[in-house]
Amino acid sequence: MKISYYPGCTLKTKAKELDRYGRESAKALGVELEELENWQCCGGVYPTGKDEIATKLSSVRTLENAKKNGGKLVTLCSACHNVLKQVNEEIKTNEDFAFRANNYSKFDEEYHGETEVIHYLEMLRDTVGFDEIKKKVVKPFKGVKIGAYYGCLLLRPSKVMQMDNPENPKIIEDFIRAIGGEPVIYPYRNECCGGYVTMEDKNIAVKKSSAIMESAGSFGADLMVTACPLCLYNLTQNGGGSVPVKYFTELLAEALGVKEED
Amino acid sequence: MQRIGVFVCHCGTNIAGTVDVKAVAEALKNEQGVVFSTEYQYMCSEAGQSIIKNAIKEHKLTGVVVCSCSPRMHEATFRKTASSAGLNPYMVEIANIREQCSWIHKDMEKATEKAIILGRAAIAKVHLNAPLTAGESPVVKRALVIGGGIAGIQTALDIADAGFEVDIVEKKPTIGGKMTQLDKTFPTLDCAACILTPKMVDCAQNEKIKIYSYSEVESVSGFVGNFSVKIRKKARYVDETKCTGCGLCTEKCPMKKVPNEFNLGMNNRSAIYIPFAQAVPKIATIDPDHCNMLKNGKCGVCAKICTAGAINYKQEDEIVEEKYGAIIAATGYNPINLDKYDEFAYSQSKDVITSLEFERLTNAAGPTSGKLLRPSDGVHPHTIVFVQCVGSRCGAEDSKGGKSYCSKICCMYTAKHAMLTREKYPDTDVYVFYIDVRTPGKNFDEFYRRAAEEYGVHYIKGMVGKVMPQADGKLLVQGSDLIAGEQLKINADLVVLAAAIEPDKSARPLATMLTASMDTNDFFTEAHPKLRPVESPTAGIFLSGACQGPKDIPETVSQASAAAAKAIGLLCKDKLTCNPCVAHSDEMMCNGCSQCEKVCPYGAISYEDKEFRMPNRTTAIRRVAKVNPAVCQGCGACTVTCPSGAMDLNGFSNRQIMAEVDAICR
Repeated sequence: MKISYYPGCTLKTKAKELDRYGRESAKALGVELEELENWQCCGGVYPTGKDEIATKLSSVRTLENAKKNGGKLVTLCSACHNVLKQVNEEIKTNEDFAFRANNYSKFDEEYHGETEVIHYLEMLRDTVGFDEIKKKVVKPFKGVKIGAYYGCLLLRPSKVMQMDNPENPKIIEDFIRAIGGEPVIYPYRNECCGGYVTMEDKNIAVKKSSAIMESAGSFGADLMVTACPLCLYNLTQNGGGSVPVKYFTELLAEALGVKEED
Repeated sequence: MQRIGVFVCHCGTNIAGTVDVKAVAEALKNEQGVVFSTEYQYMCSEAGQSIIKNAIKEHKLTGVVVCSCSPRMHEATFRKTASSAGLNPYMVEIANIREQCSWIHKDMEKATEKAIILGRAAIAKVHLNAPLTAGESPVVKRALVIGGGIAGIQTALDIADAGFEVDIVEKKPTIGGKMTQLDKTFPTLDCAACILTPKMVDCAQNEKIKIYSYSEVESVSGFVGNFSVKIRKKARYVDETKCTGCGLCTEKCPMKKVPNEFNLGMNNRSAIYIPFAQAVPKIATIDPDHCNMLKNGKCGVCAKICTAGAINYKQEDEIVEEKYGAIIAATGYNPINLDKYDEFAYSQSKDVITSLEFERLTNAAGPTSGKLLRPSDGVHPHTIVFVQCVGSRCGAEDSKGGKSYCSKICCMYTAKHAMLTREKYPDTDVYVFYIDVRTPGKNFDEFYRRAAEEYGVHYIKGMVGKVMPQADGKLLVQGSDLIAGEQLKINADLVVLAAAIEPDKSARPLATMLTASMDTNDFFTEAHPKLRPVESPTAGIFLSGACQGPKDIPETVSQASAAAAKAIGLLCKDKLTCNPCVAHSDEMMCNGCSQCEKVCPYGAISYEDKEFRMPNRTTAIRRVAKVNPAVCQGCGACTVTCPSGAMDLNGFSNRQIMAEVDAICR
């Protein structure tokens, strides 16, 4: 099975492991992630502004490109996933934006949100199936207590993300069970890590990230997993270091026996 | 040729502010048949009505057009006026120049033009009006109360007190409703059971009152004064006439793991059960979903030990049919389901409970015998956080089942819970998060202030953002204090959520059966929000208690008695005047197609085979429609459906309506 794939800038620079392990695991699960040709930056945080138009155009180009390449687009970075889904929803529902964006872009055929954007985790759940993953696991994380860390971008706004219950999610917990681990439910798993504020005021990010890590630790987590490069950065740099943090794709690759050591 | 009088009302500035009433009266003077035209400030007042009466006599009027408010408001008033001056009341027509004109327009010139056109249409119609005489229909001197909570109980007692028979249909095994689950009642703190159970007993002992418990209304037909209702008595597998309510069966029943709904699932009951000790009727009921004998035929313990021989595993549902003159809806409310409110961790922690669950935890007959203990570990809580408005006052986009309205009772019962907790357990810290504290009611604000000022309850203006169950079993409550402008974190042992209330789920299908209207929240709509608050717009249907909107006990009881008074007013009458504006069929034109019979919502149309004289002294038998005028409500559905134009409506004939249209298009 071939699906279009959008890695995004961070996965090409700071978060190469998230990308590499994601591709290797997908291959092992029988999915070929085909990197979208000539993809551009999603626009970062700017397109999430309600009154923005220009900054959303690069996402629109990506989405239109994916429409021509199978109509389904997998993303892995929480932030890219959030931006692409929100821009797609905007062009689907906001006539004025759709008119202007199409007017400017001059595609061969107008784009109105036809592409289906899914997160890698949704692909695991809905396309591959967690039961199928369970069957392919060769090195299960038996007895390892793993705390899922969702952060803010993966699930919210829930009406647009349409991925899981934002207040009481279970998709990463189900993933942890699929790779043989024991999920640890702790209340800070969907709280903010501090995000970009670490550049402005590190103290705030330290406060937020360490509260998350302490909460996970108090519930007995040996390990935390995330899908977001920024969350990983904050938790490892600002969280106090009591619990190791990994990308979920790394654990997946390891469980499937396809993790190549550097 | 008619002699028509036109009366234009100013309605203060309601009409005159946007419509040039003098110009309207002047313009309509020139219409054909109009012999008198005038305007007045308030045509519905005594002085205004005198103008109409005098004009009828002086100008020998045969028809009257009143240009005023909606006919729903004052048609009856002006018909009575005409009647007292000797004119047939059905010779009066209303031109609605308020709701359909002045209230919705801003431009005086255009509104005036429209008012003239509306008046012209009414005049055209009066030209074709014919005097109608209302018939009479008898009143069945018996009332039906649907719902046996405090509202239904009060309504039934008042109707019975006036000397009329009244039946209560309650879907649960006992009457009493939500109030049976409450501990104390605000603002006087008298015990709910002490004031409710005597009323329940009164119902059971009153000769005029019959209780159908564990029963539901199956269907309703008929009309005001003469409803026919089918009641389903659900099988309780216990013979009501034999059971003495001794309770031996409930003790011996081996199936004891059924969640007890009376205690909101906080403890268990047996498969054969009596909801609580003071139940009325005090009769056991077998829960068929959990009884081993009914499920797989293996048990039969209760039948063996019942000394009265009351157990009957073969009992079946029974349908009873009764006639009633009046029906009172008293279907009550329920707290909304909070499963989707995951930010408060309601479904994740046993120590996050609703206020009704808290009520059971403090009730002497509750699962903890009235000791306030945490559900998770049975330990006394030392810090309790109450959260107000959970699911109330939500935005239109709320996706969790929240309501836009204020649930009205939560501020007061939370003050009660907080105060009683502080009184009984002074070592407990109590916090209340609120958006506003709303306490309009006699002695209500004093009560709340006592909680805050004398009992040291910490009232915090702001909402709770998240409740976090911690590894040590405590609940970390994150909220904002809007007055201090800071974020708070409180380590609580127990969190109590004031869930919004919503109408009982049975109300919507019942409203359909009664053809009673409801609002978008499924509360019954009243005939007029201010002037007829306990009547449904459907004649003969009355509203009692929280089925009409959120209310506390004092207000519910007042409304219940008001609904009873209205129902008694109806039952007192021996005969009701029928609406003469009913349909009739022209037998010569009817082709017997049955279309009208199918669309009639009241079942007023039937068919009969009739002999007709044909040319050359022959006869033929033809099938023709016949309308029962006592059942017809004059809705007009048949007249627009009839393909051959045989159906027509008195007072709204096809010719009259076409004349109105012609006048508007002139």
